[in-house]
Amino acid sequence: MKLVIAIIKPFKLDEVREALSGVGVAGMTVTEVKGFGRQKGQTEIYRGAEYSTNMVPKIKIEVACASDMAGAVIEAIQASANTGAIGDGKIFVLDVGQAVRIRTGETDDSAL
Amino acid sequence: MMKQSTKMLAGLGAIGVAALMCHPAFAQAAAAAPAPAATPAIATPSLANMNKGDNTWMLVSTLLVLMMSVPGLALFYGGLVRTKNMLSVLTQVLMIVCMVGVIWVCWGYSETFTSGSGFTAPFFGGLSKMFLKGVDSSSAAATFSNGVYIPELTYVLFQMTFAMITPALFVGSVAERIKFSPLMLFVALWVTFVYFPIAHMVWYWDGPDAIAAAALKGKDALAAVNGDAGKLFQWGAIDFAGGTVVHINAGITGLVMCLLLGKRLGYPNEPMPPHSLTMTMIGASLLWVGWFGFNAGSNLEATSVASVAFMNTMIATAAAGMSWLLTEQIVRGKPSLLGAASGVVAGLVAVTPASGFAGTMGSVILGLMVSPICFFFVSYVKSKFKYDDSLDVFGVHCIGGITGALMTGILANPALGGQGIADYASKPGTLVVAPYDWVAQLTTQAEAVGITLLWSGLGAAILYVIIDKLWGFRVSEEVEREGLDIAEHGERAYHY
Repeated sequence: MKLVIAIIKPFKLDEVREALSGVGVAGMTVTEVKGFGRQKGQTEIYRGAEYSTNMVPKIKIEVACASDMAGAVIEAIQASANTGAIGDGKIFVLDVGQAVRIRTGETDDSAL
Repeated sequence: MMKQSTKMLAGLGAIGVAALMCHPAFAQAAAAAPAPAATPAIATPSLANMNKGDNTWMLVSTLLVLMMSVPGLALFYGGLVRTKNMLSVLTQVLMIVCMVGVIWVCWGYSETFTSGSGFTAPFFGGLSKMFLKGVDSSSAAATFSNGVYIPELTYVLFQMTFAMITPALFVGSVAERIKFSPLMLFVALWVTFVYFPIAHMVWYWDGPDAIAAAALKGKDALAAVNGDAGKLFQWGAIDFAGGTVVHINAGITGLVMCLLLGKRLGYPNEPMPPHSLTMTMIGASLLWVGWFGFNAGSNLEATSVASVAFMNTMIATAAAGMSWLLTEQIVRGKPSLLGAASGVVAGLVAVTPASGFAGTMGSVILGLMVSPICFFFVSYVKSKFKYDDSLDVFGVHCIGGITGALMTGILANPALGGQGIADYASKPGTLVVAPYDWVAQLTTQAEAVGITLLWSGLGAAILYVIIDKLWGFRVSEEVEREGLDIAEHGERAYHY
């Protein structure tokens, strides 16, 4: 099993979600996050007081899937979240040791 | 870009001057109204001929001014602080309104609007109406017209709302770091030793009928009545709705307080952006609407001069909102909502002393000029001298107030479309417009500004130092980091 973590631009969430549904992903966790990479923040000015915000708002998606699906998931995210501009985000893939469905107690692939 | 905008501003100025020039004819015509020949009967204070329209207008104006403080000013300031300090600002404003209301009926009204005694008489009123002694449903208060009276209770209420909002203005300069209870004590003492005396100096007089009656009796009687008025009133300083009494007064106290209290932790390096400019916009709009009660209500009657003040308040504000945004567009390249809201407030402040004196085009010019001046203070002077006037009480209220007070001396001139200054003595019983000496008037205005800056600045500093030594104004570092809402008041503004 793999855990795919993707940091994307907030307005790309719907497209990414649709693309993932298209490759058979049945669930995901979404969090609003802030961070920075190569993309610089904006400058805000309030009555002459200038603040440069260096943290940019992003969306973090977490998808757990069977190992043989990971390639399709990564591809779907990469294609749908891409705008070609700086700040499109990143994808990280981790190995998952164990998964349990709380309601039934099913484990691993059948729990996903 | 820059060049084009500069030209645009210059063009606006030229239009304004042209508009001013075409006014004298109207002003002269108004002044040449026929006067009665026989010696008129001078009215005595009575509600027998009270006009229900006057009383209604003044009660509505009172409500409008109350709305300026709560929720107008509270939301305007609240939106500008961070979420963790939202409730502290709202609580301070609401509680100042409540407390000053009670102080006003106990001793404030008497200290402001009665005749004083001895050498303090030009500065402090007396104690004859403490606890509103003798003020009941039959008491009458003078207006600006001979023979026209409104219920004194209405006048007490109307003036009460001015006393309420003035100290609420300066909490903006010390927001996010001041302890609640010592602040309340400061406000109680400040209104007693600073606001009431200045209001007495500027606004207390015996009324038009008292002057007319004295003028008929002779020079000595007239001198006695004139000498009973407040010091700045005797000098001839004009302040229609409180440019000196309210705005310069609160503005300079705000500066003194923020200098003595010190900067917020992390200022100016940590970002401290406003938490809700939406609320600031709502607050500024409520202030604008409420200000018609403040300015047009200060006419004390529903006459055509109330309409003059109404028009001036409307148009100076619109012009100031516009010129702040234009200035921002030129200097920063982006027109901001906070800039527009600040311009609106600066315009309201500047037109306050001029509202019943200036002409319409004079107010347009006043509005256009005040915003760039205030913008310069909040954007450059504040960062140059590194004081943390958190919500720009000094930059907007004091500087805007001074601009307005001085310009009133110029714009009241009938030759510039202004209303001129009423003379109740030369034809007793009839209001005549006195000959206008604008140099003398401007000088008097400047002196009144100076006295207010001195009295208020010194008074605030003395009261601050005493309370700070005995009690301490500044919250602990821990409280400041945590936020005043949870640490001082035990609540949070927002539960997500």
